[in-house]
Amino acid sequence: MSTLPVLSISDLIVEFPTRRGVLRPVDRVGFDIARGEILGVVGESGAGKSMCGSAIVGLIDRPGRITGGEIRLSGERIDTLSQEKMRRIRGKRIGMVFQDPLTSLNPLMRVGDQIVETIRTHLPVSEHEARRRAVAALEEVGIPAASTRIDSYPHQFSGGMRQRVVIALALAAEPELIIADEPTTALDVSVQAQIMALLKRLCRDRGTAVMLITHDMGVIAESTDRVAVLYAGRLAEIGPTRDVLSSPRHPYTIGLMASTPSPTGGADRLSQIPGAMPNLRAIPPGCAFNPRCTKAFGPCTSELPVLKPVGRNEVACWLFDDALTGNPNKAEENA
Amino acid sequence: MSEQTPLIRAENLTCVFDVSKPWLNRVIERRERQFLTAARNVTFDIPKGKTFALVGESGSGKSTIGKMAVGLLRPTSGKVTVDGTDLFGALKASSASALRRRIQMIFQSPYASLNPRWRVGDIIAEPIRAFGLASGDAVGARVTELLEQVGLAENDGQKYPHEFSGGQRQRIAIARALASNPEFIVCDEPTSALDVSVQSQVLNLMKDLQRDLGLTYLFISHDLSVVRYMADQIGVLYLGQLVETANREDLFNNPQHPYTRMLMDAAPRIDAFGRTADAVKGEIPDPITPPPGCPFHPRCPLVDNRCKTEVPKPFQTGETNVACHAAEEGRGRPEAA
Repeated sequence: MSTLPVLSISDLIVEFPTRRGVLRPVDRVGFDIARGEILGVVGESGAGKSMCGSAIVGLIDRPGRITGGEIRLSGERIDTLSQEKMRRIRGKRIGMVFQDPLTSLNPLMRVGDQIVETIRTHLPVSEHEARRRAVAALEEVGIPAASTRIDSYPHQFSGGMRQRVVIALALAAEPELIIADEPTTALDVSVQAQIMALLKRLCRDRGTAVMLITHDMGVIAESTDRVAVLYAGRLAEIGPTRDVLSSPRHPYTIGLMASTPSPTGGADRLSQIPGAMPNLRAIPPGCAFNPRCTKAFGPCTSELPVLKPVGRNEVACWLFDDALTGNPNKAEENA
Repeated sequence: MSEQTPLIRAENLTCVFDVSKPWLNRVIERRERQFLTAARNVTFDIPKGKTFALVGESGSGKSTIGKMAVGLLRPTSGKVTVDGTDLFGALKASSASALRRRIQMIFQSPYASLNPRWRVGDIIAEPIRAFGLASGDAVGARVTELLEQVGLAENDGQKYPHEFSGGQRQRIAIARALASNPEFIVCDEPTSALDVSVQSQVLNLMKDLQRDLGLTYLFISHDLSVVRYMADQIGVLYLGQLVETANREDLFNNPQHPYTRMLMDAAPRIDAFGRTADAVKGEIPDPITPPPGCPFHPRCPLVDNRCKTEVPKPFQTGETNVACHAAEEGRGRPEAA
């Protein structure tokens, strides 16, 4: 087994040329996902989470395009492939699970036929064998009476069951990587727990790498091995989930954690981050977070911070630059 | 419980929707009429200045009850009283607008609840004018005051809703709700469409306003952590029925109903690294043909024969009101991990 990461992204830039200038929803983002690893990508709306996912599978809406960096799938560069070659990778080597299961299933096709189609597109098997595999896939994702439900249409399933079908579909061709974009956001908590448990179990059993895009810190904590925090299209912090969540370094991650209400905590007042994420048209110079940051100083408003290792995390924040005089945050870092 | 009479009292609120197919289809397909009971015998009180939260999953009837509480939806049976006056009786009377002024609502999506063609100042001024609360220059002054109260600036009144972010829009919706000097506000998932850092701003604002203006909230949410932060009293809904009503401490420290425990267990926790929640089997059943007996019995770990046939009656234990045979009989409570 190779030790290459399943997915390796470096310095990825996605740009949208518009009449009022070029927008950069993804700005020099880089991370790896190893085999069997679940990487959480977290951020607020507009942070560029989904755009990263779309870039990896080559589904950025025009006129957007990748203008920098590279994406490698098991070592092979995929961001430069033709549409046709990319089409063969999607579904086969990269499976996708989106937020709304109704829009990712064809309402006019029986779910079984959709799975059979996916299997036969990517694997050289007979119709009969594909159908047998489809039933097995539905059974594996926990759909009761799979051999009869395979002939049902998507609208005949509940939301949770539909998302199970989508997962079965994503896993049908045994991909190396699953990109799950807010897979449980549209579901109730009890169903969310079922779906996350299912996704974790299946990926662990098969060694599938997962990129889990979500805004829910609770889901991140419970399901991911590592987490990348995005802000305004840039990586603010990345590291092992436990380290990032329990000792966040970047002021944005700290604020995000503190403003998340906990079902076990009883804070009288939530701490809040002033302001809101900047519009892509008006990203402030320097660190994008500086107008909302209580610790902003000299370089923050003019120079872009780069990722630096701090503890077990990597953080893009000037507070952790030792070259700058006196490191004002040393005390906190030791805490 | 406070001794004073509650500001809002919901008594045996029941709402049944006719979801039958058209007459001709029923005749041809030999179908019966079908009814969906969105709320069944829901009873709660909200004392003045307090927050009562309704939690439950989708389809549990939260929003239906919220709509009945503001008078947008007429209950099939039962009633809502505001300060002792029957809401639906009063809405027919000539004094209706006096009562309407006292009740306002904040909706989930600030993208859908603000007219995109109106300036924010006009949106906020509309209730002031509609209820005749001010005239002439006083309207503008009041709008400015409201904008500042929710943390926006005076010149924001000249802008259109699309110029604001989600959190700011929800502030505008709050300012509009406050414009008529209401006493009671129904908040239907007010922060579900917002990001966490913005959610905390809006929740803090709502708490501050409650303290400063003595507001009473009916707070509808699916998120237990938000409810824990906002509510004094909490009602847990399942399939249109209140299965447990308790004050905040009791509900979170000592939940009685198995469904409440399940909800708490299933909610993702930011401090539970690598936990796989003990997922409950099944999903909320079809409300048109709810299961007999206790509506939760097909998913309940403590189910027995009585639960399958007999609808549990709410009973009082301490300050908690719970509708569960298992809780009543003290049947095997699974230990929380």
